[in-house]
Amino acid sequence: MEEQALLGDEAAALGAIHAGLSAAYGYPGTPSTEIMEYLIENAKGNAHIPDTFHASWCVNEKTALEAALGVSFAGRRAMVTMKHVGLNVASDPFMNGALLGIKGGLVIAVADDPGMHSSQNEQDSRFYAAFAMIPCLEPRNQQEAYTMTREAFDLSEKFQVPVLLRMTTRLSHARAQIKTGPKRAQNPLSKAGDKTQWMLLPAYARRNYVSLIEKQPELLAWSAAHPSNKLDLDGRDTGLAVITSGLGGNYYEENLEDFIKSRSGTIPARLHIGVYPLPEESIRRLCEKAERLIVIEEGQPVIEERLRGILPHRITINGKLDGTISRTGELDPDVVRRGLSLPPRPGALNSGAVILPKLPGRPPQLCTGCPHGDSYETIKKAVQELDPAEGHPNTAINADIGCYALGATPPYSVPESIVCMGASVGMARGAAEAGIKYAIGVIGDSTFLHSGISSLIDAIAADTPMTLIILDNSIVAMTGCQQTMVRSDKFRPLILGLGLKGEHLIELEAKKQFLEENAAKLKKEIEYRGLSVVIFQRECLEAFRKRKKNEK
Amino acid sequence: MKKDIILAGVGGQGVLSIAAIIAQAAVSAGFSVRQSEVHGMAQRGGAVLAHLRISDTNIASDLVPQGGADLVLSMEPVESLRYAAWLAPDGALVSAAEPFVNIPDYPDIAVILRTIALFPVNRIVEAAELAKEAGLSRAVNMVMVGAASPFLPLKPETMEATISAMFANKDPSVAEANKKAFNLGRAAAE
Repeated sequence: MEEQALLGDEAAALGAIHAGLSAAYGYPGTPSTEIMEYLIENAKGNAHIPDTFHASWCVNEKTALEAALGVSFAGRRAMVTMKHVGLNVASDPFMNGALLGIKGGLVIAVADDPGMHSSQNEQDSRFYAAFAMIPCLEPRNQQEAYTMTREAFDLSEKFQVPVLLRMTTRLSHARAQIKTGPKRAQNPLSKAGDKTQWMLLPAYARRNYVSLIEKQPELLAWSAAHPSNKLDLDGRDTGLAVITSGLGGNYYEENLEDFIKSRSGTIPARLHIGVYPLPEESIRRLCEKAERLIVIEEGQPVIEERLRGILPHRITINGKLDGTISRTGELDPDVVRRGLSLPPRPGALNSGAVILPKLPGRPPQLCTGCPHGDSYETIKKAVQELDPAEGHPNTAINADIGCYALGATPPYSVPESIVCMGASVGMARGAAEAGIKYAIGVIGDSTFLHSGISSLIDAIAADTPMTLIILDNSIVAMTGCQQTMVRSDKFRPLILGLGLKGEHLIELEAKKQFLEENAAKLKKEIEYRGLSVVIFQRECLEAFRKRKKNEK
Repeated sequence: MKKDIILAGVGGQGVLSIAAIIAQAAVSAGFSVRQSEVHGMAQRGGAVLAHLRISDTNIASDLVPQGGADLVLSMEPVESLRYAAWLAPDGALVSAAEPFVNIPDYPDIAVILRTIALFPVNRIVEAAELAKEAGLSRAVNMVMVGAASPFLPLKPETMEATISAMFANKDPSVAEANKKAFNLGRAAAE
């Protein structure tokens, strides 16, 4: 087989397979999606990966992590994949999982999105690892994504804790060649022996929590000795210290030659951090003689904020907190270059021969002909036709996370709020109960199942006067067309089963030619002073194209 | 040897497939490759950017620094200028001639093309026309791979072999048309 360049996500997936993975679960979310896609693609075994394992999408991140806990309980190795905000959804089993006597290795692969390329926030999963007091591995390239994932399973079994693998967008979605090791067999089935380690009844949980605390010095010793927490002092200028972590290390090295030149040939002392808990002793040794410390880390100032408890106050710390490195957005070679006070590299534009005209932005938008576009036109029309005197101030359109969030920009500009997966349903309910007359929630089919459905149960129980619009395109479109857990034809019986009145569950075909008719029906439901669910149906164009291709 | 490349275009234009072909050809020629791409939301009709680094030594960062690109290759004129800050002083700016208009405020195309022509090394390639000439109007990407090739440390034979391998499962005429598109693109940029 020709050497292949793998995405960071794919390298992590292959590392898990080679570590003897038995099962993997996840919910799609950019930039994590390709980990599970690679696992699903190879789950049935092939020439390169002969053994089979289970891999599937789940309804949300919480159910995924709980399934993985079950695999670990049975003694086998499990991986869970999600994006950073998905970890919030899974945070209940995540925090409690740290207190269990993990049996089969459990690796939670979370891909952060600094720069918010396709996310609602920049939260840094390293905080979660520290919060739960479990180890975190932060690969800085595709090779490390592979080897660290393998190691994560061993670590999890050795310390009997879940291990967090922190990826970031740039690593997840960049390709490079990697070297792989031999594939290991799966664990035999062997249930956890001591069931008190798996029952978090207060009496057991208190004991397990003590045992988690007791593991911390061992974990610290492990991270201090880890080769990826590399301390370089010999022959260095120890007056200036640099801490890098994750991709920050790469961007530092990209600029290192110029940085050394700018300092008349002296090389600063340096510590690169690749695994956590934070190697405190190495940090102290790095900074013994330092007057100034520069911290370059991808994401939030996780390391920097902890330093004040470790280092004396005489040291000047430059990093994200004082603005030396941009507090927001993704790191890149140029952000780090500015942080090192280096002048910009000369480029083609510096000669002054070319002056660029003003270039318009080109933001993402709904695909031409997308069913969501027709649905938004319909919603717009229905809302405009509500009593104009009270229509707008008395209307709230709470939307949600997915492709249809792109309806927030022109030419549609329909949603008024987009917060997190499932929030549209609860927010519409709250808006109605706050006194907004026409409260409308807009949600996709997959997001509805992810976490919208539980709020719908609340709203049905309270008979809230609101309208929930489900945009059913039969697929998880935004992340590249993964399956949804419930097929379109099952929504009606599902929602009726929750107790909604049949006459207020309306299904409409999301097509331009039905605009007038659909808008009239929708308007009627919005005006109804109880709870209605209106489902707009039409298959995603991408999904349709893929389906036809596969059918050929 | 190190070649840093920025690939640009609009979501759906096939920027990522161009990156994949060049990267695969570089791997088969024995180079180290790092290729960073855009997935998810940003792909939908928005500006798409991929960084590709080819080297015979270790590559530190997945991203090309500003002022460091040896080549900016774009499927579309406006998108080529969007990343002009990445271009090295002697770097090449290579763009397809045809504008992709999916925004209301697309600027005067003549001004954009005139600006591209101001760069010391520039090529404006009639990619759609050349693809048609190759007998496969879908092969616009391959024309642009060809247009990139004079600026790459890769032999045309290596690239043709990669193209053949890519279409090995299809009718042989598909690989032939793509290779023709590649060579027309190459001739246009040489």
